[in-house]
Amino acid sequence: MAKRRVAIVGTGQTNHKSHRPDVNGQELIHEAVVRALQDAELSINDIDAIIIGNMDHFEGINYVDCWSIDGSGGYHKPIMKLTTGGTTGSTLAIGGYHLVASGMFDKVLVIGWEKNSESDTTGAITTAFDPIWDRLVFAGAISGLAVEAQSYMAKYGATDKDGARVSVRDRKHACNNPYAQLRKEVTLEEVLASPMLADPIHLLDVCPRTDGACAVVMASEDCAATITSTPDWIWATANRHTYSYLGDVNWGELDSIADASKELFKKSGINEPRKQINVIEMYQPYSLAGIIWIEDMGIIPRGKGAEYIWSGATDMGGELPINPSGGVIACNPIGATGLIRCAEAAMQVMGKAEGRQVPDVNFAVSTGFGGCMWTDMILHGKNKPNL
Amino acid sequence: MDAAIIGIGMTTIEKNKIACNYADLAWEAVNKALADASITIDDIDNVITTSSDFWDGRTISCMAVGDACAVRHKNCSAVEGDGTFGAAYGLSRTLSGDYKTTLVTAHSKGSESISSIITNAAFDPIYERSLGLDMISASAIQAKQYMNVTGTTSEQLALVSCKNHKNAKDNPYAQLPMDITVNDVLNSEMIAEPLHKLDCSPVSDGCCAIIIANADFVKKVKAKPVWIKGVAFCSDAYFMGDRDLTKTIALENAAKKAYVMAGITNPENEIDIAEIYDAFTYQELMWIEGLGLAEYGNAGKLLEKGIFNRDGKLPVNPSGGLLSGHPVIAAGLYRIAEIVLQIRGEAGARQVNAKRGIAHGVNGICGQSHCVWVLDKEK
Amino acid sequence: MGNIFYGIEPSVYKSQINVPYQWWAGETASKFFMVLRDDKKILGKQCPRCGKVYCPPKKICPSCFTETNSWKEVGPKGKLISYTIVLRQLAALQKKVPVAFGLICLDGADNAMLHYIGDVDVNNITIGMEVEAVFADDRNATINAISHFKPLT
Repeated sequence: MAKRRVAIVGTGQTNHKSHRPDVNGQELIHEAVVRALQDAELSINDIDAIIIGNMDHFEGINYVDCWSIDGSGGYHKPIMKLTTGGTTGSTLAIGGYHLVASGMFDKVLVIGWEKNSESDTTGAITTAFDPIWDRLVFAGAISGLAVEAQSYMAKYGATDKDGARVSVRDRKHACNNPYAQLRKEVTLEEVLASPMLADPIHLLDVCPRTDGACAVVMASEDCAATITSTPDWIWATANRHTYSYLGDVNWGELDSIADASKELFKKSGINEPRKQINVIEMYQPYSLAGIIWIEDMGIIPRGKGAEYIWSGATDMGGELPINPSGGVIACNPIGATGLIRCAEAAMQVMGKAEGRQVPDVNFAVSTGFGGCMWTDMILHGKNKPNL
Repeated sequence: MDAAIIGIGMTTIEKNKIACNYADLAWEAVNKALADASITIDDIDNVITTSSDFWDGRTISCMAVGDACAVRHKNCSAVEGDGTFGAAYGLSRTLSGDYKTTLVTAHSKGSESISSIITNAAFDPIYERSLGLDMISASAIQAKQYMNVTGTTSEQLALVSCKNHKNAKDNPYAQLPMDITVNDVLNSEMIAEPLHKLDCSPVSDGCCAIIIANADFVKKVKAKPVWIKGVAFCSDAYFMGDRDLTKTIALENAAKKAYVMAGITNPENEIDIAEIYDAFTYQELMWIEGLGLAEYGNAGKLLEKGIFNRDGKLPVNPSGGLLSGHPVIAAGLYRIAEIVLQIRGEAGARQVNAKRGIAHGVNGICGQSHCVWVLDKEK
Repeated sequence: MGNIFYGIEPSVYKSQINVPYQWWAGETASKFFMVLRDDKKILGKQCPRCGKVYCPPKKICPSCFTETNSWKEVGPKGKLISYTIVLRQLAALQKKVPVAFGLICLDGADNAMLHYIGDVDVNNITIGMEVEAVFADDRNATINAISHFKPLT
């Protein structure tokens, strides 16, 4: 178990938009950092180290950690970059946690950002895949997700209507979140009528492209209590970046979230996740994943995910709200997205999720998704871990 | 710090490893490191890979080496930057208590891209990129200014090249072992004043892997541990025009922190050996000074006296350094691996007397961001 | 890799990544470029805390981590902090060699700007020499609205 316990003591994010022409990348980062520092009531001088990430090919800047200094506050500070594709934001959160838990730093600033408006998203994503075997036949992120959806639907009889119910939920939740990009509800009919991108994924089933940044301040247990009276304790982290080739993927079941969940819950003593977890911020890039992956997480038995969603259990006010922030379907600045999930989960635990607060949160889970069907997970808790 | 490096593995550094893709290189380095540590892949608790999306031409570049590094059932992450930074994060994973062992890899294949265009992309797209600078032209600007301020001469720069290429003759992993003279360097093609071809490192292919373990695990294995006494990193401002390029503020900051961690108060006398990031000849001199191993502006003179030769008081880059083979990204991890071998007494023909050494790596243009490692035979 | 690959030619697949970019300059850089283009004036921006004037201007002072807030005209003359003359036709170069690059600290600014040095015999460039901005005839709102810096005779 960790030598030093770590807590999130402040979060900040930009008001995410499809285009931010008023700022360049460094300036966008700065906005999120200033907000996080304000939330933690700290100054940049209090920060001991910075980690930052995005997906290089979305902004076309090499050595982003070095380039970011004006905006990230890295002037004469330790700074490094982590990047793992879509999981970057959650990878960064896990990185910040380890840098503090190790004793190497007391207060770490974690920054995730993306200015997707600056590039051709699909053109950049396609380079993620192996140039010899996969890249020539692969087109962007959505096709892979559609393959997963089709595999699941073939086994369990779900339809695009089930996916649409998840979209309706998340788009409704986003209306409570001042930071979300898309803040307009959609109906089931609208989702199903929206253009089909890759069967069964409609336009309104999937995430937008966003310019945005998020920053989170993590502190060791020695100073967390002096910074905030409601720290969000990191109980555990677990991840699996399972596959390198599309042909190896176990389509229809997300192995990475299944394996990571098992480890996360085992490490934390959670044996009834459905009862013990109060809220989930899931990196859910398309709607049907909201059904498939709660089964993979062990929250709901196989094939019962759709029923659970339709029951309203994952809506605000339900038994286990998912994505009170509106999630990825409402907002997706890719390098920040996983960190936003972490920040939103932290706000839930800290009682700071204005307008979208789930009552009495004891445990929250945030996840990241990306790459070749990879998952990162973090367990957040109101109380100090006693492991 | 209660952690040690228990295994290292390096591929040879070559101009073009045409028969290997990144996974092949990682597979080789990882297996060598496991064998070196006398453990199996099942003993590895988590994996940190280091790579660059730009250099690899691949977004999510870490995906290419996932299988080869056994991440399927393990926790893992990826750092983008020099291997010393990747290893620093890897160290934090072990020190956190969550993992007993951490495998760290770093790779790149310079042969697969046009380095000038890749490094041009490190320049700010709004104010600088269109000017067409790259790592070499930018470094030349720094070299000129450093030489102007300190009086360091082209001949002294050339001596760095002669020393390192000669050292490389005893390093079976090095790409460019050579016997050259100062005149050979000065007569080589002037690429960007004041940097001649032989003042510059090549851009190479290679992969390195190291295994970090906590003190408890070290007790249980046969491997010879090399103890991690201090690790620190620090960055200067980004724009070249915002910095004093003749000074090494970030390096001094990182070195100071690392020395405090390691209990070192007089580095010139307490450090036996240094493997430092000599992407260019002048940089070896600047970084020697920034590390406190010579007075400011004096490294060139000490070099002339032979202080930094393999048989000198403080051997610098007995491996041949980056000048003799520069797989970007992996470069810093190779420096760590070399110091480990030296401290263990396993450096073969390039062995020097070493109980405590420095490994050093750099990110960014003109040495903007530095990472310093202090490694020791004793805990 | 062992005997199983003996006699097999490694195959190489050539490709190129094609990802077009457009970078938002932000309000600070936009104003700077538009004034360069339209007024042939060079503006710096000042940090209210440390008083440093930055040219090229930035929205945030990196050492104070504070927003800059006042515009000041700087240059067009300045001092050459350092330079290089590139002789090999490196792939990133946009001109034919010899190409001279310099770091120029404009009069009134506290940082330096990277740009070309031109209208000069490259052998006569020295650190510390006084230079002056030469505006391009055909200017767009980019750093190339300044064509190069030339030595003051």
